[in-house]
Amino acid sequence: MGYLLKGFREAFGLMLHLNPELLGIIVLSLTVSCTALLIATAFGLPLGALVGLKRFPAKGVVISAINSFMGLPPVVAGLFIYLMLSRSGPFGFMGLLYTPSAMIIAQTVLAFPIITALCHSAIVSVDPVIRQASATLGATPLQVTAAVIREARYGIMSGVMAAFGRVIAEVGAILIVGGNIAGYTRVMTTTIALETDKGNFELAIALGIVLLALSLLLNLGLHVIQRKGMRGAGG
Amino acid sequence: MSLTAAAAGLWKSYQGTPVLKGCSFAFDKSGIYILTGQNGSGKSTFLRICALLEKPDQGEVRYLSDGGKALRNDIQLKRRITLVLPKVGVFNTTTFKNILYGLKIRGMKKEDREKRANEILEFVGLLHKKDQNAFTLSSGETQRLGIARALAIGPEILFLDEPTASVDRGATEAIEEIILNLKKKSSSIIVIATHDRGQAEKLADCLMVMEDGRIITG
Repeated sequence: MGYLLKGFREAFGLMLHLNPELLGIIVLSLTVSCTALLIATAFGLPLGALVGLKRFPAKGVVISAINSFMGLPPVVAGLFIYLMLSRSGPFGFMGLLYTPSAMIIAQTVLAFPIITALCHSAIVSVDPVIRQASATLGATPLQVTAAVIREARYGIMSGVMAAFGRVIAEVGAILIVGGNIAGYTRVMTTTIALETDKGNFELAIALGIVLLALSLLLNLGLHVIQRKGMRGAGG
Repeated sequence: MSLTAAAAGLWKSYQGTPVLKGCSFAFDKSGIYILTGQNGSGKSTFLRICALLEKPDQGEVRYLSDGGKALRNDIQLKRRITLVLPKVGVFNTTTFKNILYGLKIRGMKKEDREKRANEILEFVGLLHKKDQNAFTLSSGETQRLGIARALAIGPEILFLDEPTASVDRGATEAIEEIILNLKKKSSSIIVIATHDRGQAEKLADCLMVMEDGRIITG
């Protein structure tokens, strides 16, 4: 029990004194996850809108594939990206393995299906009369699509936040492709795993508290967004 | 009046069931045209085709400019007409921003569109609700918002599909008042589908009856 209390005491010490190693790890974690999220949203939102609003052959197969990839195990994604980026792989010449870029790619792959599927779900939930209403007001097909996406904004935001929750807490894929190099590719989750193995609990506990705080903030944000969306839809 | 419309020989079927069977009519004078008929007689389909929201299986809707020139069915023409649907389809934002939508997509300047939106909200009696989320309006107010949103863009032909079908007597009278005021203020063509005989008689300059997929002029 003593080592646990000591661990917490020292963890709070690290946080209060803004330990540079701790800060570096937090900043890298947020940079990697936020960049991955931006890229995944830039591709996932248009794809979700396309699948939600257009009719095309094998649409059902595409939706099923996206939904299946939502549950993609991070270690499998990590393995696949490792094989692609390793020296003998097709993209080995780029020298990305064991860099933050490789970690961004891994997290993008994990976030992309979540954002696409939840954006698709949010967009198909928009009342079809919205499309007709904007068309009757003189909207071009692109403006009609924009109107539908705007109506789905709360669902889309929830999807993006859910994806953030997944990637910030993910450890398997970034450990494989990032290599957990101190001061370069070491992020919160991989540090917790490593320091726990080493028996250095203070840094692991400090990062665990930060991760939990982020998770709490995320859930609060989701709650606020969902309430705002429901207030609009339910009134 | 600068825009007239003529529907000629419209046919439309859904899942093999014909709804319109060679429906023709010309909207060539300003005023209120009332289209009545039983539920399922094809009133809404006729309005949707005339408002260029749907294509007929056969026949055509031709829009003619002031000089009698036939206009192309493009976005410029679509922006000169509008249809208020029975279920309005309000956006999940304030009443004011709902009105701004049609003006914004036309690229109108911010100050101009805000001035216009305020005028229209005052005209339909919803100015005091401008900052309220449109989803929280009553059904009568929602219907008035639908009309206001359409009026904001200054349509030369305004189609209204059952504008008072789901509202109470008081709201119906308010909407009828708005339509009559609109007729006094502008020289537009207003086409209303309704199954309310009393309303038809009260508002109509021209009464049309739809029966078995065809229009019989009253």
